[in-house]
Amino acid sequence: MLPDAIELVIVTPEKQLLREKVVEAQLPGENGYLGVLAGHAPLITELGIGELSYHGLGGKVSTPLAIVRGFAEVLSDRVTVLAETAERAEEIDVQRAKDALARAEKRLASNDPNIDWDRANIALQRALIRIQVATKRRSALVAGS
Amino acid sequence: MATLLDFRRRIRSVKNTQQITRAMKFVAAARLRRAQEAAIAARPYAKELRRMLRSIMSRIAEPQHPLLAHRREERILAIVLTGERGLAGAFNANILRKAHEFFRVNKGKKLSTLPVGKKGRDALKKAGFSIIAEYVNVLARVDFATAREIAVLVTDLYAKEEIDSVYIVFSEFKTVMTPNLVVTKLLPVEAVHADEESIAEKETSQVDYIYEQPKEQLLGKLLPRYVETQILRAMLESSAAEHAARMTAMESATKNAGDVIEALTLHMNKVRQAAITKEIIEIVSGASYGA
Repeated sequence: MLPDAIELVIVTPEKQLLREKVVEAQLPGENGYLGVLAGHAPLITELGIGELSYHGLGGKVSTPLAIVRGFAEVLSDRVTVLAETAERAEEIDVQRAKDALARAEKRLASNDPNIDWDRANIALQRALIRIQVATKRRSALVAGS
Repeated sequence: MATLLDFRRRIRSVKNTQQITRAMKFVAAARLRRAQEAAIAARPYAKELRRMLRSIMSRIAEPQHPLLAHRREERILAIVLTGERGLAGAFNANILRKAHEFFRVNKGKKLSTLPVGKKGRDALKKAGFSIIAEYVNVLARVDFATAREIAVLVTDLYAKEEIDSVYIVFSEFKTVMTPNLVVTKLLPVEAVHADEESIAEKETSQVDYIYEQPKEQLLGKLLPRYVETQILRAMLESSAAEHAARMTAMESATKNAGDVIEALTLHMNKVRQAAITKEIIEIVSGASYGA
């Protein structure tokens, strides 16, 4: 018999962020997003930079989390996410993310051969996803009120 | 002969010192609690990572990775974690003694160190060891970024075959009273040993995973993370141990100051009484002359 819920565990090097029973989880895999339901085949993947969202048992959609790289292990009744950083929308400092975005864009636009392309690129993506996650929550709040 | 005023002054000064040591004790206790919480909060990640790493390694027939390569240990790097400040009892001295012991055992090999913490940096520099990098003022607030920076540095050196092994010397936090000095091997990464969790793991260890990326690639990504968490753990433990050592040191200093005050007060009272007695005798003998 298939389990009817999955236990979603999200940990970062500094703390455990979440341990909750959920119906569905969407993970930002390195090769694209993957949706996980209970009874998923065992799977291990690298995570990219993106947002993670899940449906709680009550059927309501959670606010997404901004995930920056890491790994995920999927078992039929359990999803373990080891993220380098994971932030809830309310923890994100939008201004800081915007500043970081501007810095990264400037660095990528400059023709300086000394810049570390990979690093600037990662910084850019990270800033983008943080802004995306944070603003999504804000608009949801406005719509709800 | 010390006068009453001298005693009063000394008692006052000891009292001031006692107030300072008492305040430091409370500060250390508060920081210890924070450090302990941080160390506990970091555990789930380390545990899950270890499990994932072990599961992948057991599925690769012969894991190949620069960080797993064993070489003859000719060039050894020791990461030494001490405190930033003194006044923590024998905390720093104990770690440095352990480090020196380690260097003595490995005499004749090419040794280098990477001190973390000001106290260790100063002492190792003075002792004339070659220092490849130093990290000071990072332990007040241990964060992952610093651990990562150190990890990147040493794994790079190791992968470039500039060093043959990396050890880490630090004080593990066991209880407040008993520090536990440890020297552990960081690189090459030894076969990740199974511990108590492994029993519950048996069932999942037979599972055939779908790997989104090649196993070798995943292993290559997991190993540096593993080294990072090892360093982070050592830093968190060391910071908790330092605060614990400072707390006990300040506690005994406060108690000692109390003893000193008591002894001084007793002595002062004796001197005062002697002076009064002398005065009375003078008055009485003066009066008997007048009669």
